[in-house]
Amino acid sequence: MRRLFQFHGGVSLKEHKKDAMTRPVKTALLPKQLILPLQQHIGAPAEAVVAIGDKVLKGQLIARPSNTVSAPVHASSSGTVVAITKHPVSHPSHLDAPCIIIDTDGEERWHTDRQPVANYHELPPEKVREHIRDAGIVGMGGAGFPAHIKLNPSNHVVDTLILNGAECEPYITCDEMLLRERALEVIVGLRIMRYALQAKRCIIGIENNKAAAFRALQEQVRNTGADFIDVIQVPTVYPTGGEKQLIQVLTGKEVPASGLPLDIGVVCHNVGTAYAVYRAIEFGEPLISRYVTIAGSVAHACNLEVPIGTPVIDLIEECGGNRNTLSRVILGGPMMGTALHDITAPITKTTNCILVNSTIGDVPLPSRDKHVMPCIRCGNCATACPIDLLPQQLYWYSRAKDFDKVQDYHLFDCIECGCCDYVCPSQIPLVHYFRYAKTEIWAQQREKTLADIARERHQFREQRLEREKQEKQERHKKKRAALKPAGNAASKEEEAKKAVIQAAMDRAKAKRESNVSKPKNTQNLTTEQQQKISETDARRTKLNNDTTDKQDVQRDLLQDNNP
Amino acid sequence: MLSAIIALSILAAVFGLLLGYAAIRFKVKSDPMVDKVDALLPQTQCGQCTYPGCRPYAQAIANGEADINQCPPGGETTIIALADLLGRDPKPLNAENGVEESVKTVAVIDEKTCIGCTLCIQACPVDAILGAAKQMHTIIAAECTGCDLCLPPCPVDCIEMVPVSTDSTNWKWSFPEETDKQEKTA
Repeated sequence: MRRLFQFHGGVSLKEHKKDAMTRPVKTALLPKQLILPLQQHIGAPAEAVVAIGDKVLKGQLIARPSNTVSAPVHASSSGTVVAITKHPVSHPSHLDAPCIIIDTDGEERWHTDRQPVANYHELPPEKVREHIRDAGIVGMGGAGFPAHIKLNPSNHVVDTLILNGAECEPYITCDEMLLRERALEVIVGLRIMRYALQAKRCIIGIENNKAAAFRALQEQVRNTGADFIDVIQVPTVYPTGGEKQLIQVLTGKEVPASGLPLDIGVVCHNVGTAYAVYRAIEFGEPLISRYVTIAGSVAHACNLEVPIGTPVIDLIEECGGNRNTLSRVILGGPMMGTALHDITAPITKTTNCILVNSTIGDVPLPSRDKHVMPCIRCGNCATACPIDLLPQQLYWYSRAKDFDKVQDYHLFDCIECGCCDYVCPSQIPLVHYFRYAKTEIWAQQREKTLADIARERHQFREQRLEREKQEKQERHKKKRAALKPAGNAASKEEEAKKAVIQAAMDRAKAKRESNVSKPKNTQNLTTEQQQKISETDARRTKLNNDTTDKQDVQRDLLQDNNP
Repeated sequence: MLSAIIALSILAAVFGLLLGYAAIRFKVKSDPMVDKVDALLPQTQCGQCTYPGCRPYAQAIANGEADINQCPPGGETTIIALADLLGRDPKPLNAENGVEESVKTVAVIDEKTCIGCTLCIQACPVDAILGAAKQMHTIIAAECTGCDLCLPPCPVDCIEMVPVSTDSTNWKWSFPEETDKQEKTA
């Protein structure tokens, strides 16, 4: 008997699991319309590769991954693409998301290009991961992280591969039914995953309230002779099915804060993912259907194998629910699920349960009518917290919007399991506060990044303007410098000319002066003679003046004629 | 007596040298307070604070020339953060500088109307507008700070401020409606 460990806190919940397990799993009826969201996983949304009007076959790729952390989407049945548009999906924001909508033709014709892997041992592990990636497999326990990334050991040595069959939330039984009915397939899937990860050993963790599934697994492990697989029962405490909690229970190791299980040599996958891996490798089938529990106030609570993209309302009606009496539908479990705002939203790769009209007294979270009372500092939340956080402090600081302080109390280690909420005697919606604080902090971080970009761009612009100004000045300077020598030359020429003119004038002056004859006969004149000379001079001057006047008149006339 | 004077003089000389060295070795080039204030400002570079950009405003705050309530895009959050940093009391936003907008907006150019005059490109403080003379202009939405500075210069009024749409990547959980319920139960 393996030694088991305990995680802090946790709560015991009423199971409500029996109803849905009384009937064997059937394949759900094919819906008239399939709604396939482009984002059914964590990471970047896929990009549609089909157009409206295209005929698609079952299993055909209809959207390809947009980057490395993304997953493709395949058609769950054959039919015609009628729209690629926004459609209501299950999301707490109630926002519509881009979906490919296919009208099914009911023929279920398979895509011919399926590529099963006959012997995966002959392929290198990365090729196996590529197959898994191309099959669009994501973590089916609820988080929806692309499986091929989590199957990549990337420089770590993986000691233990844990298969999570704990399924600790009330009502949900899809994993248990899968293990009961498909134990062998799950184990083959686990072996493929082990090969991809090159893990040393495997543990299948299963809660001790699932005896039939446990027996089925043990039998198949014995039959296949896989001695590296341990099937281990763990105590039924919520949230044992949480990845970090199950790892702690089985190995005694704690995943470091904001670290990955890989950091301690452990990888944890859901049993549903193992089954999907088996289908992908053995038959070349992409992930186009999954087990879903329909529970709560429906006539026939059961588990169905549902084509991904089936509207929720179709399944509720198939199980005897009535569209007109629906008051509240939750996708997922009562502790961590999301209240659905539109019943036409589709089942995605991560939907494990539809909980209908769950007004039963002990069902807590999204369904609870909250009569919130003040916190009395009882500390029950801290006792129940499986991460050993102080929800009370987180609550105070979230409420006060003190987002620095709330991070000091390790807000981001909170797994939003809802234990604190469940035990709170004042019915304070603690998880809602934590989610609020988380999204606010993310928004602040986004704004900060944007502000940093803006600052950088602004500074760059300032520099650019400064540089341009300097360049302009430089250019002008150069231009001026280029003009100057030419200007000097011109002025020199002018000076030379002026000098020549000046010289000529000087010469003329000198000549004039030298030419002026000084009549010697005007000396020693008699008064009479002197008078005659004066008269002659006066006449001459007068004559001169007259001619100047005439010339002036002539010039004026000329100017008048030629304006 | 003499020994005491000598000892003190030596000590004074040693510490003087030490301080002198430290002043050179650990010299801080820019005012650290300006950087700290600048880090809290939203970097819209809109100039509504009456300073030509966020950094000049930060400088003015650090020098005590400007008040902390002149930044409409930052709004209450920025005022509280600044008050925290500077140890002052928060005060409401100065209405002269503008009003805090509840939704973030980005500019969008109606490309059919744009005549390619480049006036908006010259006005954009973060170079988020792409285009050339007599070529259609467009805005890099991811880098637009929503400062509105490109609106006035546009001669054909083809720029519009549109609210940033909410999708699953930027959606936020609402604050739990607890207070109302409390009042009801009380």
